[in-house]
Amino acid sequence: MSKILIRGAKILGGEPADVLIDGETIARVSTGIEAGDATVIEAEGRVLLPGLVDLHTHLREPGREDSETVLTGTRAAAAGGFTAVHAMANTFPVADTAGVVEQVWRLGRESGYCDVQPVGAVTVGLEGKQLAELGAMHDSAAGVKVFSDDGKCVDDAVIMRRALEYVKAFDGVVAQHAQEPRLTEGAQMNEGVVSAELGLGGWPAVAEESIIARDVLLAAHVGSRVHICHLSTAGSVEIVRWAKSKGWNVTAEVTPHHLLLTDELVRSYDPVYKVNPPLRTEADVMALREALADGTIDCVATDHAPHPHEDKDCEWAAAAMGMVGLETALSVVQHTMVDTGLIDWAGVADRMSVRPAAIGRLGGHGRPVSAGEPANLTLVDPSYRGAVDPAGFASRSRNTPYKGRELPGRVTHTFLRGRATVVDGKLA
Amino acid sequence: MLCSPGDTSRTPRHLISAADLTRDDAVLILDTAEEMARVADRPIKKLPTLRGRTVVNLFFEDSTRTRISFEAAAKRLSADVINFSAKGSSVSKGESLKDTALTLEAMGADAVVIRHGSSGAPYRLATSGWIDGAVVNAGDGTHEHPTQALLDAFTIRRRLVGADAGLGKDLEGRRVTIVGDVLHSRVARSNVHLLTTLGAEVTLVAPPTLVPVGVEGWPCEVSYSLDEVLPASDAVMMLRVQRERMNAAYFPTEREYSRRYGLDGLRMAKMPEHAVVMHPGPMNRGMEITAEVADSGRCTAVEQVANGVSIRMAVLYLLLGGSETALPSAAARTEENK
Ligand SMILES: [Zn+2]
Repeated sequence: MSKILIRGAKILGGEPADVLIDGETIARVSTGIEAGDATVIEAEGRVLLPGLVDLHTHLREPGREDSETVLTGTRAAAAGGFTAVHAMANTFPVADTAGVVEQVWRLGRESGYCDVQPVGAVTVGLEGKQLAELGAMHDSAAGVKVFSDDGKCVDDAVIMRRALEYVKAFDGVVAQHAQEPRLTEGAQMNEGVVSAELGLGGWPAVAEESIIARDVLLAAHVGSRVHICHLSTAGSVEIVRWAKSKGWNVTAEVTPHHLLLTDELVRSYDPVYKVNPPLRTEADVMALREALADGTIDCVATDHAPHPHEDKDCEWAAAAMGMVGLETALSVVQHTMVDTGLIDWAGVADRMSVRPAAIGRLGGHGRPVSAGEPANLTLVDPSYRGAVDPAGFASRSRNTPYKGRELPGRVTHTFLRGRATVVDGKLA
Repeated sequence: MLCSPGDTSRTPRHLISAADLTRDDAVLILDTAEEMARVADRPIKKLPTLRGRTVVNLFFEDSTRTRISFEAAAKRLSADVINFSAKGSSVSKGESLKDTALTLEAMGADAVVIRHGSSGAPYRLATSGWIDGAVVNAGDGTHEHPTQALLDAFTIRRRLVGADAGLGKDLEGRRVTIVGDVLHSRVARSNVHLLTTLGAEVTLVAPPTLVPVGVEGWPCEVSYSLDEVLPASDAVMMLRVQRERMNAAYFPTEREYSRRYGLDGLRMAKMPEHAVVMHPGPMNRGMEITAEVADSGRCTAVEQVANGVSIRMAVLYLLLGGSETALPSAAARTEENK
């Protein structure tokens, strides 16, 4: 394999240095490295990060290939600077057996753009009734460590308890989509001033918070680790903060869109803003930013949820929930967290690579940028400014809330084990 | 921190929300409705105003009363009327709204009167660029029903201020009480906006379970006690209570609901002499209103139906044939909300 020399990039936003990639690994990190026969990338002013890792991606294959496939989804991931994604289990069929998770894992390997780590369903068919064969999914070639019924909440306390206990046998984690089902029947958006005005069914914050409170208590009780998906309220932050202060093994994620957008946008009745959990208030957004900065929230996860145009080009109530996020995640995080001074680029590396890789137990990802490590890397131009143009997305779907909006930063290069998947902002 | 909603450079005039109406818009509609009401007293109840224009009644949800009212209004203005009922057809996916809109656009509809089960559907129809015609919201989900609010305001003005004497006047200082299932009521939402715009003071009365979370942002008072509010009310608007709300635990039993929030003769006696009782119909007699009250001279339910035609004539007239400045555009609403 060839050699690549990245010259003068600021590693994790620190001092400029040269990074020599030889084959699949980082060979040297130093200043003034001779290029020799290496391809040179002049990276002055750019920031070099460990390849980003997403704990929460919907790739839609098998079953909804009209929205996304493993190939198109991993291309979108690479374009967004990701080198590994966790593929959620709510496919058709559901990823609740060794066979389905192996299929998804294999498709990921074949894509060559990004490692795909399948998430296994907690219960058969995501129905919340009977535990899926968690052990078989772990023992499969996919080596599943993260289990989630995402899209649905594991609302039965006994099933949740058993799942938390059971995965201890192989160091697994249960990732909960916290949504009390009875409190969110008919819910269309955040419950509050705006929902009252618009006459859309309210989705109260307490529907999320009550499940999180229960689950951190359950995890503590059985001594297991629980991960809370897409926190969206200030109250959820408080509960996670409290659970961590007790020393319990709780981790949490937040999506880029919950760091930026509020329920005020729903006044447009534009279904591009319809998402689960719903967009909340400005106070919630500020609490989430703070919590991500102080480490209460461990990581950013995209909840990339592709939908075809016709599923959004309709009235609010009929529209599908979700938005794509892989290709805009880093820009939104730069905009909301870095440019606001809440975290620096080392913080971005921690929240978007190191910690999600650790939660998912992905050995080859989220590693330091130093000699001997796998060359999973992302090169970012933080000075870039430009309007988001969904027409240029690698994802098969275009349901982004940022169309035409100016966001900072651009991924210029992504390397997966030494191979460039993105070069000069374009897929290789 | 907010994104701007979609492109609204094309600005046909619509009536989507009572909140879009200024005081002058609303008074103009009420005054125009008075003129229209006189047409109903003529031997030939028809004006040539909208001859050659096409009005489509697009009903995704059953409502014979509202549809007939709009149909009568359009016909009295000599418009061609097409009734399109999407209920019960193969319509189950949301994209049908768009498909239907494109069909109506192809047919050259000048106005689309839309009733839809989903909040925001008329707004979406008006702003998504699917059609060019005017959109009139005839009730969307639990959001709004602006022509109902206009006819209610019209009814209050006629009763409390007078028909001809009321011309040019608003409802300054009148106290209106709206009672019942506010949470699910588009009538209540539209009335709160419109009546306050017209200068009235509105009080909502309901059990706490049927008051929306977030109501504190509304320009009105909220009370849980009907008995306390009645003596200070000039008009009491009883909302229809859906019996299935009981099963969803919004209140314990029908009996308890009607005891605490129903209007009977005894309660009516606590109202001032001049005060009127209103109901958008159809009434659940024995639930939110007793037969004694419903059939009394103070109950305006029947007048409200007749006034509904006059109001809808006024709205269609102003949107399609009348003054350029009568009704605001959907774009104006979008601007306000930025
Ligand atoms: Zn979820």
